[in-house]
Amino acid sequence: MQTNMQGAGTPTRGGTVLMGDSAAQMYLTLTVAGQLCGVPVLAVRDIMAAPSITRVPLAPREVAGSLNLRGRIVTAIDLRRRLGLPLREAGAPPPMSVVVEQGSELYSLLCDAVGEVVPLRSEGFASNPPTLDTVWREVSQGVHRQDGQLLIVLDVDRILTID
Amino acid sequence: MDDLLADFLTETNEGLAALDGALLKLEKAPDDRQTLSEIFRNVHTIKGTCGFLGLARLEKVAHAAENVLGRYREGTLQVTPEGITLILSALDGLKSIVAGLESTGSEPAGDDAPLIAALDAAWRGEAPALGAAAAEALFEAAPEPLASESPAPEPSAPAALARPEETEVTAAATPAAGGGPITPAQTIRVSVDVLEDLMTLVSELVLTRNQLLQLVRARSDAALTVPLQRLSHITSELQEGVMKTRMQPIGNAWQKLPRIVRDLANELGKKIELVMKGADTELDRQVLELIKDPLTHMVRNSGDHGLENPEQRRAAGKPDVGRITLNAYHEGGHIIIEIGDDGRGLSVDKIKAKVLSQGLTTEAELAGMSEREIQHFIFRAGFSTAAAVTSVSGRGVGMDVVKTNVEKIGGTIELRSVEGKGTTFFIKIPLTLAIVSALIVEAGGERFAVPQIGVVELVRAGGSVEGAQIERIHDTPVMRLRERLLPLVSLSRLLQLDQRPEEAGQEEGFVIVTQVGGNVFGIIVDKVFDTEEIVVKPVAPILRHVTMFSGNTILGDGSVIMILDPNGIARATGVGADGPTDELAQANAMLRGAGSGERTALLLFSAGDGTPKAVPLGLVARLEDLPVESIEHSGGKILVQYRGKLMPLVPMSGHWTPPEPGRRQAVLVFNDRDRAMGLMVDAILDVVEECLNIEGASEQPGFLGSSVICGKVTDVIDCSWWLHQAGDDWFRQRSEVAPFRLLLVEDSAFFRHLLVPGLGAAGYAVTAVNSGAEALRLREQGAMFDIVVSDIEMPDLDGLGLARAVRAEGPWRDLPMIALSGRMDHDRLRSAIAAGFNAGLGKSDRDALLAALGDCLAAQTLA
Repeated sequence: MQTNMQGAGTPTRGGTVLMGDSAAQMYLTLTVAGQLCGVPVLAVRDIMAAPSITRVPLAPREVAGSLNLRGRIVTAIDLRRRLGLPLREAGAPPPMSVVVEQGSELYSLLCDAVGEVVPLRSEGFASNPPTLDTVWREVSQGVHRQDGQLLIVLDVDRILTID
Repeated sequence: MDDLLADFLTETNEGLAALDGALLKLEKAPDDRQTLSEIFRNVHTIKGTCGFLGLARLEKVAHAAENVLGRYREGTLQVTPEGITLILSALDGLKSIVAGLESTGSEPAGDDAPLIAALDAAWRGEAPALGAAAAEALFEAAPEPLASESPAPEPSAPAALARPEETEVTAAATPAAGGGPITPAQTIRVSVDVLEDLMTLVSELVLTRNQLLQLVRARSDAALTVPLQRLSHITSELQEGVMKTRMQPIGNAWQKLPRIVRDLANELGKKIELVMKGADTELDRQVLELIKDPLTHMVRNSGDHGLENPEQRRAAGKPDVGRITLNAYHEGGHIIIEIGDDGRGLSVDKIKAKVLSQGLTTEAELAGMSEREIQHFIFRAGFSTAAAVTSVSGRGVGMDVVKTNVEKIGGTIELRSVEGKGTTFFIKIPLTLAIVSALIVEAGGERFAVPQIGVVELVRAGGSVEGAQIERIHDTPVMRLRERLLPLVSLSRLLQLDQRPEEAGQEEGFVIVTQVGGNVFGIIVDKVFDTEEIVVKPVAPILRHVTMFSGNTILGDGSVIMILDPNGIARATGVGADGPTDELAQANAMLRGAGSGERTALLLFSAGDGTPKAVPLGLVARLEDLPVESIEHSGGKILVQYRGKLMPLVPMSGHWTPPEPGRRQAVLVFNDRDRAMGLMVDAILDVVEECLNIEGASEQPGFLGSSVICGKVTDVIDCSWWLHQAGDDWFRQRSEVAPFRLLLVEDSAFFRHLLVPGLGAAGYAVTAVNSGAEALRLREQGAMFDIVVSDIEMPDLDGLGLARAVRAEGPWRDLPMIALSGRMDHDRLRSAIAAGFNAGLGKSDRDALLAALGDCLAAQTLA
């Protein structure tokens, strides 16, 4: 059930080829409560379906718990909670886990569905609309129009900054 | 010595092997400074270690070779192929000696003079007259160990090839030559990264195995079961093996210390004894490497700065031989390493002067600092109290480096020093990476691991009527365990886990009795599964603020589990009383005694007037809620049938009006061995953790005085007075005595709890310990008292033994000592006096005790 993303979405390490492609960057799209989001694919280490998560008592509410990724302990962040969205309904399909790395620590971003790896050209980017919700503005690098849908580009570092 | 030699052989063989390659490289590129330095350093190391181990032959050859290399390095001598050949033949010489050493355990006899002469000639700059062949011939000329017994080497064969075979032969021929063959430790060096990777892979393997096991179980395919069982076993063993590769006993880091201490003693003209305890405490290899140097440094420091020379020691009334003690043990999920000496201790005045002269702080700031803060200056960069810079220490690159290194691995360093008595450093290293055995428990539907180090026992609560029960004093759960009231902490409540409603009122489950420092408390959990060996991994930075956990780990079934930190739980709930700012409490905790300044669990209740009353919880054996009907009158006394005996009841409020029938009466039961007595109170209020500072002795009988507890003035009751009311021949009154430091040695917790507050109220600063051995440990740690009061009947080291040990030697030799006994008859008294006690009396006679204390101390002051 596990897909190793290293190599799958990035034909060359370091993304040199991608950079050359008129500054188009590769993003992994994912859906949180119906909202299309994107994270830079280079930040993604792994994708897991329906991981078994151990709750961590007294942890910040955004932390869903810890999970085991091939012998490494990964802290899971519930994106719905982090983004102030309604919680997953009971009986809904289990979340998908997008594992990202920050400062040699692994974190898992729990979302509803993982889409595909798409190149986003820099021309399509727009900065955050000023009316955007503060939580979103805080964690978003900008908005991208993608096939008639708005895609919010998430800043992984800022998502992982939980007070 | 054998271990040291085996280490040396491993290292030297590696060094020699590296040298061969490096020399050949140098021959090709004579100007390669880096290679040259490397060769020089390598040869120098070999020479140094040989000298250290007293291997004269090896040292001489290595020294001669080093001289030549030294000139190459300086550039005063040209590197020539002939020169290289010469050095290589010196290496061969070294190798053959090392081979001899390996097989016989001592340096083989032999003459290296021609080789050394040739090297010296080269060093003097005389062009090596010898060609390559000649140099080899020269080396061959050096007689082999017991060459006569071995076949003569073929002249044409390269010397280096012939050598090993030969030495093997000789070893076989004369196995007993020098204390038997020394086998170098059969080890290879593996990078820690490789081990880490292995660890990760094994964890993944375990996961996969478990998935497979589950699949097969579902299908019940017999053909797969057997091989899978095997796979399962092998996987488990592999996992264990890989985990073990990282662990080493701390003794490995101590191996070289005895030698260092011996040399240090000779150099400084001191007599030093090194005591090492807990050498088999296992540590993560990486951590071990990192603390090796700081430890060595600290031992040197103890010997150099800490210990006095024999004259000074004699003048201070200490034995000539100074002692450095190393002790390592696990405590509460940490590894503690103590480095202590019984030397002069840190001089606060000297530190002050030094700090001021170095401008590290101002006089005003210094004035506001506690002794401990001042002592902590020794951890500042550039600070050294040694007046003179010796070759050993005193260069001011000491304790700050040690502290930095310890903190780098997430540890802390503490010190306790008493001027004139010695200094002890406590290095506390978290068990990050260390393997621990843990108990897997469940609370509120979640599983947790509890390190077994902190677990004293497991108690099943509820269920049967006979077993221990969880009771509640208001909202505080407690448990009676062997005549003791144990404060309890509900794990699911503490971690704010949702309790299932039907379980909320039900008091069933398990209590993990945990000890943190001197405090014992219980943790209530729902279920206990099993123990498992776990590798502790630090929690993610995002979760570091949750102090309840010391780490997390992956269990055998692949699930992540949080590891509880008993210290954190104790701090969070207040049962542990480890206030970081409370200096006195901390100092007391370090002394492992129960001083009267320490926090005590107090039971609050109301009786009579509106003022809350308090009694140390440890004194109360049980809390009872008796039906009024069971209380009877007999001969003017109120009695109740209790556990098959009649127990006297005493009303707290002086007189007792029976409540209406059908009501219940709250009773505190005090218990000592076979005696029991009940104190009738109106209501039980709470259990709190407070410093019991009794102010103002009470005029009212039955009360020790008042204390502020939870912000309210509270009367602290005098249990002994109430016990006396129950008819037992007990203590009567207190008198005022000037404050003295009193050490109470008493194995009965009941009497300890009884005497500590009583003596405290009488003005003594009481430290209580529960055995003679414990008391002597305090003496070793440098604690000082004005008087010692000891029970005679104690397990292990009894009072008489303690008195003899105190009188025999040490700073307590002249302290007055008072013996206590349950029954002090003439014979007992005589043997007590003979053992060194100044007085002896019955335990229950407190008047006499206070009088005797006064007498002894007065006599002491006059003398």
